[in-house]
Amino acid sequence: MAQTTTSAVVAVRGDEGGMDYLTKLPRRVVTIYLPLAVFLFVLLFPFYWMTITAIKPNHELTDYQHFSPFWVVHPTLEHIKYLLFDTDYPAWLWNTMLVTVGSTVISVIVSVLAAYSIERLRFSGSRTVGLVIFLAYLVPPSILFIPLALMVFKLGLYDSEWALILTYPTFLIPFCTWLLMGYFRTIPFELEECALMDGANRWQILAKVILPLSVPGLISAGIFAFTLSWNEFIYALTFIQSSENKTVPVGVLTELVRSDVYEWGSLMAGALFGSLPVVILYSFFVDYYVSSMTGAVKE
Amino acid sequence: MSQTAQLVLRRAPRRGGFSRFIENRNVLGLIFLLPAAAFLLIFLTYPLGLGVWLGFTDTQIGRAGSFVGLDNYRYLIGDNVFRLVVFNTILYTVVASVIKFALGLWLALILNEKLPFKAFFRAIILLPWVVPTVLSAIAFWWIYDAQFSIISYSLIHLGLIDHPINFLGDPTLARGSVIAANIWRGIPFVAITLLAGLQTISPSLYEAATLDGANGWQRFRHVTLPMLTPIIAVVMTFSVIFTFTDFQLIYVLTRGGPVNATHLLATLSFQRAIPGGHLGEGAAIAISMIPFLLAAIMFSYFGMQRRRWQQGGRD
Repeated sequence: MAQTTTSAVVAVRGDEGGMDYLTKLPRRVVTIYLPLAVFLFVLLFPFYWMTITAIKPNHELTDYQHFSPFWVVHPTLEHIKYLLFDTDYPAWLWNTMLVTVGSTVISVIVSVLAAYSIERLRFSGSRTVGLVIFLAYLVPPSILFIPLALMVFKLGLYDSEWALILTYPTFLIPFCTWLLMGYFRTIPFELEECALMDGANRWQILAKVILPLSVPGLISAGIFAFTLSWNEFIYALTFIQSSENKTVPVGVLTELVRSDVYEWGSLMAGALFGSLPVVILYSFFVDYYVSSMTGAVKE
Repeated sequence: MSQTAQLVLRRAPRRGGFSRFIENRNVLGLIFLLPAAAFLLIFLTYPLGLGVWLGFTDTQIGRAGSFVGLDNYRYLIGDNVFRLVVFNTILYTVVASVIKFALGLWLALILNEKLPFKAFFRAIILLPWVVPTVLSAIAFWWIYDAQFSIISYSLIHLGLIDHPINFLGDPTLARGSVIAANIWRGIPFVAITLLAGLQTISPSLYEAATLDGANGWQRFRHVTLPMLTPIIAVVMTFSVIFTFTDFQLIYVLTRGGPVNATHLLATLSFQRAIPGGHLGEGAAIAISMIPFLLAAIMFSYFGMQRRRWQQGGRD
């Protein structure tokens, strides 16, 4: 009885899309909603755990007998207060912001020029250059950090933000250029030809025709570059020595972890606050982020 | 007569502009490309070359090295730790990539169904990928704590085990734990990119297959998979490269321990070069990753070739 009602309902709704009406609701629950719920739980639980630990007082944190670990009875801000006032955390946040914004801005500007040059000026050999840029994206930082450390030291940049601002573009430029090349390809040539006929030079075309049309592409590249450099770890770990110059990921790991006693509460608070800027930015531009991620793979 | 004169007058400036445009293209292209080229040559190509060179020297921190030929590599081949680490890296990459692919594809197929709040689900599923690896790894460190692990607590509470699991203390368990954390972070990337691929497959193909009597598995095997192969090749190449050169997760969770069971090439290279001071040896370890990466890139290249062929063989 219930079975027939459901199938009737499903049949009525079936016209909306494809062959969905062929699968009945109980079957959908088992094959789709249940696995989806498990996936969501596993993927999101660490964030819940991070948050709940960050606001748990220390005596609840290690006492599973009297307090359920899944909940917090007396939420506290002491870990966050410790983090903000007794450590270099604010300085780390500021450094990370500085380095991230600096390297993102440099990379996007440089990549716009390069992508326009490769995709639109079509100078001889532009295809090869495009391929080389793609290959450059596949060179991982784990291979480059040792020689780069030597260079950074010789250039006198060791332990300064500039070491990071100048080295992060090595993985940002190939990615942004590749993404923007794909984006510029979708802008019709005719628009540029019109502008050329009207006497615009290449610089004007780029600034007044191409760039206004590729704002979504620029946002995608910018967002992705921002999160990539915010996440960067190995260069920051290698090139920065003093606590006040560290970035958030390195600072949290190397300064908050003292020999024996792990301050789990402030560690989690540090991880949470370090993630928030990227997560907030991401939540505003989800579609751009997704399109840049899938675009980079699809091209 | 006057008409021809007009024509000539009109054509002259246009031809001049056009030929100037041709002349300028290479010059202008070079100028526009210059900043990017400079950056990549100075901070990518040169260090890559320097890294290869360092691999042939005995450079240490604070002391310029001399050329020692293949000594570093010869030493590494005889080094039990290095051989174990190569094995670890391959095991880590293969197991993590295969599971990431299977679960990611499954999640992509689920998300490709008609669902309420699909955009919302897609957005929150990507969170593990967006959050800095080191910071989420710190959360996993706490989840894997020997004494206060929430997993141990839940399992004890359910009566499945009677003492806490020593996640990061036992070699086998530690390997499993770091692989699980890597999979957790990698699934969203695989799922969302494959989802983008799935959405490009026309529903009429499935309808045609159904009319021909194909069941669900056959539709998946003979329609979805072939259509998805090119994008799978690219996604998995990226995934393999990221996993193979992984550093952050291991550095946070185990630093290579217990007894080097979770050391990967990247972490060993860091350990020998920076805290250990042997830059030459560290560089040699890093360079030894390149053959594997090249293999992955070739794989990707042939995947893309196939895509072009499917689209009708244009360039």
